[in-house]
Amino acid sequence: MMEQMELINEAEAEPRSQWQLVRRRFGRHRVAVVATIVLLVLIAVCFGAHWIAPYPRGEQDLLLGPTGPGGKHWFGTDNLGIDQLTTLLYAGQISLKIGLAVALISTVIGTVVGSIAGYFGKFSDQFLMRATDLFLVVPQIAVLAIALKKFGHTVNWIIVVLAALGWMYVARIVRGQVLSIKEKEYVEAARASGASSARIIARHILPNCIGPILVNATLAIAGAIITESTLSFLGFGIQIPDESWGHMLSSAEGNYSVNTHLLYFPGLMILLTVLCVNFLGDGLRDAFDPQSRR
Amino acid sequence: MLTYSIRRVAYSIPVLLIASFLLFVFVRTTFDPTARLAASRDPQVRIREQQRLGLDDPLATQYGRWLKGAAQGDFGKSEVTRDEVSKTIRRGMGNTLQLILIGAAVSCVIALAVGVYSAVRQYSALDYTFTGLSYIGVAMPPFWFGLIAIQFFAVRHHWLLSLGLHSGDSQGFDLDYLRHLPLPIATLCVQIVASWSRYERASMLDALNADYVRTARAKGLRPRKVILKHALRNALIPFVTVVALDFGALFGGLIITEQIFSIGGMGRVFFSAIQQGDAYVLEAWMLVAAVLIIFFNLVADLLYGVLDPRIRLS
Repeated sequence: MMEQMELINEAEAEPRSQWQLVRRRFGRHRVAVVATIVLLVLIAVCFGAHWIAPYPRGEQDLLLGPTGPGGKHWFGTDNLGIDQLTTLLYAGQISLKIGLAVALISTVIGTVVGSIAGYFGKFSDQFLMRATDLFLVVPQIAVLAIALKKFGHTVNWIIVVLAALGWMYVARIVRGQVLSIKEKEYVEAARASGASSARIIARHILPNCIGPILVNATLAIAGAIITESTLSFLGFGIQIPDESWGHMLSSAEGNYSVNTHLLYFPGLMILLTVLCVNFLGDGLRDAFDPQSRR
Repeated sequence: MLTYSIRRVAYSIPVLLIASFLLFVFVRTTFDPTARLAASRDPQVRIREQQRLGLDDPLATQYGRWLKGAAQGDFGKSEVTRDEVSKTIRRGMGNTLQLILIGAAVSCVIALAVGVYSAVRQYSALDYTFTGLSYIGVAMPPFWFGLIAIQFFAVRHHWLLSLGLHSGDSQGFDLDYLRHLPLPIATLCVQIVASWSRYERASMLDALNADYVRTARAKGLRPRKVILKHALRNALIPFVTVVALDFGALFGGLIITEQIFSIGGMGRVFFSAIQQGDAYVLEAWMLVAAVLIIFFNLVADLLYGVLDPRIRLS
């Protein structure tokens, strides 16, 4: 009897839009919500470094030299007496900017490639997917390193090059989604009523695979931040006077046996950021999954 | 199975040819083998050298000539070190193959063990521990893990060694080698073990909830047999795909690992070649890397066919 009552109540519940449902399910994923807040705070403090950082950017205190974490310098100082918290915040601007921009661009490329291949099929599918295969068999870090040597080590080129080699997974996933969605009745209805292919893809197909696309975009942010840090650590990426977290680690490598704090904090920042981005992705995955009970 | 194998092999040949052509052009247009002559007072020197090396031919011609040499194991002579490129590569391959093969084997074993355990004992304390560790493993830059591991195990406690694969005159498989091996292998594998074990856990859970597993249990088969023969065999199929796809990442990891542990392998060869702008070595390096990646993709595809009969029939 109680169960029936509940069923009736549910049947009379207010109608909710897709986005309301998604937001609701995401809100119940505690870890993802906390991760999102941490991430937003990180972005805010890094990009607000100009106002927040305790010392001016790159201000040296040669007499002080390297010191461990303490009252005046929370995260310690490096060999030149530069406050590490300040450097971390400014370096974060570059690491975060690269992560976000690469994810945005590669997701757009991947979505376009994947939806064209999946929707039009035949020759374009063959061609685009073979091209995707080609991009997947090249040794990534090596090609990235050479490309940056070729084009220059600026932030913008790093973004472009990382995005150019990062779209393949999104393309494959979007293609798979499009292949199944394009057989649905509502797509046929749209076609029958004379909608153009571009309109069908943009208005009827892509909104229905927004979930996997967004989840993959979070993975792309994480991947780009780690790849950038690796390249910069090896000396192929960001160059002085710019700083990123990975580049800070490469400066720390020489003397970390003495000043371990130089090694820990930049790495922890990367770890924290990527961890939060991945939790955000988990939350989105559950939120967009209609079978999710949350 | 034979038709399937032939088809897969036939598909990887054009992929290899096109990929190697693109990589060749990419390296050739970035690095000029005669760059070191740019400062010479007589511009004729550089032009003569360019003619001698056939650098003014169309790229396709140059590629054809290079590929013909490469097929016979001849990549020419480095314009920087004057060494035979094939010798440099061969020297690097020794250490690299040790790292890659041991690394891949260790990663597969650990990832499978962890994944299967976590799926069979879902929500146990150990499952949560593995899950937590894998989140951290995925989110951590591998080189940072390596640096911290060196700091702790080699610098502070001297338990393990962090320079090369051998010290002094030790050779082959001995205690010294065993003390050198763990840190680089761990650095190379930490990220892929984390992601592979997550993946195996998920696909194993899918398999364990499938109807055929319930049937097998209902027939009264021993749990061990159900898990290993019915569930694991099916859960291996997606696992093999991920392993193959991530092989390229393993190759990139080599550059990092060999750099921080000063191991003279392919990663080191790449590192010094790019810093010196050694075009011939880089061209050969790219080809070898692409061949290895394509080869392992092919192995995975064939394994896929063995594991899943439906695939080779379609």
